[in-house]
Amino acid sequence: MANPLKCDLCPKPATVHLTQIVNSKVHKVDLCEACAQAKGVTDPSGFSLSDLLLKASLNPESPAGGLRCERCGFTQSDFKKHGRFGCPICYDTFRGVVEPMLETMHNGTAHTGKIPHRAIERKSFYDRVARLELDLAEAIKSERYEDAARTRDEINQVKQAFNQHVAL
Amino acid sequence: MTISSLIATPSELTDSVSTKTAIVLMTRIRLARNLAGHAFPGWAKPAQRVESFALCRAAVAATPQMKRSVDVAIADISELERQILVERHLISRELSGAKAGAGVIISKDQAFSVMMNEEDHLRIQVLRAGFNLKRAWSSINDLDSALEDNLDFAFSPTLGYLTACPTNLGTGMRASAMMHLPALVISNQMEKIVRAVNQLGMVVRGLFGEGSDASGSIFQISNQTTLGESEAEIIKRLGSVLQSIVEHELNARGKLLEADASKLFDKVGRAFGILQNSHLLSSSEAMNLLSLIRLGVDLGSFPEARRAMIDRLFIEAQPGHLQHAQKGEFDPGQRDVIRATRLRSEFADFVRPDFDLKNKTKS
Repeated sequence: MANPLKCDLCPKPATVHLTQIVNSKVHKVDLCEACAQAKGVTDPSGFSLSDLLLKASLNPESPAGGLRCERCGFTQSDFKKHGRFGCPICYDTFRGVVEPMLETMHNGTAHTGKIPHRAIERKSFYDRVARLELDLAEAIKSERYEDAARTRDEINQVKQAFNQHVAL
Repeated sequence: MTISSLIATPSELTDSVSTKTAIVLMTRIRLARNLAGHAFPGWAKPAQRVESFALCRAAVAATPQMKRSVDVAIADISELERQILVERHLISRELSGAKAGAGVIISKDQAFSVMMNEEDHLRIQVLRAGFNLKRAWSSINDLDSALEDNLDFAFSPTLGYLTACPTNLGTGMRASAMMHLPALVISNQMEKIVRAVNQLGMVVRGLFGEGSDASGSIFQISNQTTLGESEAEIIKRLGSVLQSIVEHELNARGKLLEADASKLFDKVGRAFGILQNSHLLSSSEAMNLLSLIRLGVDLGSFPEARRAMIDRLFIEAQPGHLQHAQKGEFDPGQRDVIRATRLRSEFADFVRPDFDLKNKTKS
């Protein structure tokens, strides 16, 4: 006889087997009696499969357990504990952890909604000015005054163009 | 403006008289947004929380939608005031228990509220009476764009708006409707509906969100997923689910009337009697009685204009509002007395029910 299925959340044998079809995708969970009760599976009004799947996908013995976000110090075990990330950069750091979860959690894996165009333009403007200012400082330092003058003009042009654009 | 002035001021939720609110009491949309380069509120150190709160607060307060708004830090208001805001659906339970460096800004008409440093830096919310998803989206979209002028949101081209919890990635949008479904509850069909709605990728919750019960036969239905579809697609999908729930509720009402009208009228009539005469009412009993009176309005037993009063009482019969009206704190037993007294006086001169429906039954 095959081994009885183990509960997705604890080592006990699973007796509750739930299959839910969400947006024509099949999600399966196997739970023991106690976990099923605790997670409210038996109570259809208070049950969120996505929360359960989120927790379940955090549990497997993943070898990548040592990841740590350089920006905010958040670790993968923090994520296991809280189910929330530490900062926006964590999504780069833990890309390998997040991506497999998205498929079961959402209705797709790529954003197709609203884009904050103005914020993105503003950021690329700041980045460009910052780069040019570095160039300018570099040019002055190494006494390349023609380059410096050209870079200064470029900075002014970029700023002017951006301000006009914003004013529109 | 202050919290008590909110209660005295007419609001979107408590003062709309429209047949459109018959089954869908209100529509709500919230957007989760975070500041680029800042730790999420749950992970941020106290000083970082204070900093992101200040940034958000200044930007939100400066939007045209928030002219003459109520702008408070959670730490600066009392426990009772927080409870009142929860009961009015203006803040979440989670925010009401927040640490320092969290707050809310609420527009004058209470249609917009922006929570700061709840689970995300910003939780932008709009409430609209009735079934009004498109209008709700267009107004919240405007507020979000106004904020974008002054704040750099954390955004990834592939994952969309970055949120503390990956379940909110993408649009960061949760659109929901609060629905009054007494006939589906009476005819034991809610479990079936919940199951079907879940399979369509939507979630059903009680009146006060996650984990709350469905007293008063009021349910919140919202989208479960936020990534992979545009806001318009999510809204369209939710809208058609809501529409079909409305139809099921109307069918269930028709069937109850057809099968045994006296049984239904008996419920409404008894609810009326209890509201006029009882001396002890728990919050959940009051909700259930008010729900039956509301059903009576929909059926034509009471004048249409009374629905707004019931919707107001749904909120004002809650513990926080009751205690505020009595200017004190009372234990649950005392509250039941106060609640019954309040409802007796509200229903003392309420029109008597007319069960001679003939051609009056509304669709």
